[in-house]
Amino acid sequence: MKSPEAVPAPVSEALDEAAIVARARAGDPQAFAELVERYERQIYRLARHITHNDEDAEDVLQETFLKAYENLPGFQGQSKFYTWLVRIAVNEALMKLRKRRSSKVVSLDETFDTGEETVAREIAVWEDHPEEQYSREELRRILEEAIDSLPPLYRTVFVLRDVDELSTEETAGVLGISIPAVKSRLLRARLQLRDKLTRYFKRKQEDLFAYL
Amino acid sequence: MLTCKQFLEELADYLDGELAEEVRRELDGHLAECPNCWVIVDTTKKTLQIYKGMEARPLPPELHARLMKALQRKMTQPPER
Ligand SMILES: [Zn+2]
Repeated sequence: MKSPEAVPAPVSEALDEAAIVARARAGDPQAFAELVERYERQIYRLARHITHNDEDAEDVLQETFLKAYENLPGFQGQSKFYTWLVRIAVNEALMKLRKRRSSKVVSLDETFDTGEETVAREIAVWEDHPEEQYSREELRRILEEAIDSLPPLYRTVFVLRDVDELSTEETAGVLGISIPAVKSRLLRARLQLRDKLTRYFKRKQEDLFAYL
Repeated sequence: MLTCKQFLEELADYLDGELAEEVRRELDGHLAECPNCWVIVDTTKKTLQIYKGMEARPLPPELHARLMKALQRKMTQPPER
C-alpha cells in the first residue's frame, strides 16, 4: 500500500499512467478500474457542464467508460489518455443533447454563438487573493454557477482549456471545431466569467474604477 | 494607438503568451496607459488562477458504485467477435 504522503511527481505520474494504460490494454481489470478512479470526477464534471442535467451526465459518464473499455485496444497512445476519454465523453454528451432537443440540430458550432460583444462591463479592482474570503464549498459553488451560466460552447471550451488544461489544438480536435473558433470562444468565456465573478471578488471599499 | 476593444480581442493570446513580440509590445503600451484594461488583465488572470486550482467534486458514492457495477458487467461479459 502506498502511504498518502507519497505523492508522485508529474513526470513519474505520466510514466505511471502509461504503465497503467498498458496493463489495462493487456486485460487487467484492476488497472482499468484505476483509470476510472483517476478520471471519473473530471469526466462527470465535463458531462454536467455540457448536458446541464444530472441524469444525462451520469449516462454520459457510464457510456464513456464502457466505450473506453471496449475501444481500449484501439488507443494508440499518441494522445494523452485523458484527451482520448474526453473525446468519447464529448460525443456522448452531444448525443444526449440531440435527443433532448430533438427538434433542433445541436452541435457545438456557431449555432451556439450568442454573438455577444466582448465588452467588459464590471471594471473593479479585486482583492489580492479573492478566493480566500470563501470556504472551499462556497468557492466551488460560486465558480460552478458562473460556468453554468455561460452558453454551452463557451463553458465547454473553458472547462477543457482552462480547468482541465488541454491545449488549444487538443480542444479544437476534441470538439471538432477550428482553432480560431476555440480561441474566440475562450476569450469570450474568460471575459464573461471575469465579469460574473467581480461581484464576489472585488475589493470592498474601493469604487474608484467601478464604472467605465 | 490601440483601442480598448482591439486590446481585448487579443487578450486571450496575450494571457497565454502566444503573441508575436511586436504585438505584445503594443499591448503592453496600451496597458501602461489604460487603467481599465489593466484591471481587466489583472482580474482575468486571477479568474484563470482560481479555476486552475479547482478540483472536480468527488462523485456521490452511489453514482460511483453504479458506474463500477456497469463496468463489472461489461468486463465479465465475453467479448463480441
Ligand atoms: Zn484599454
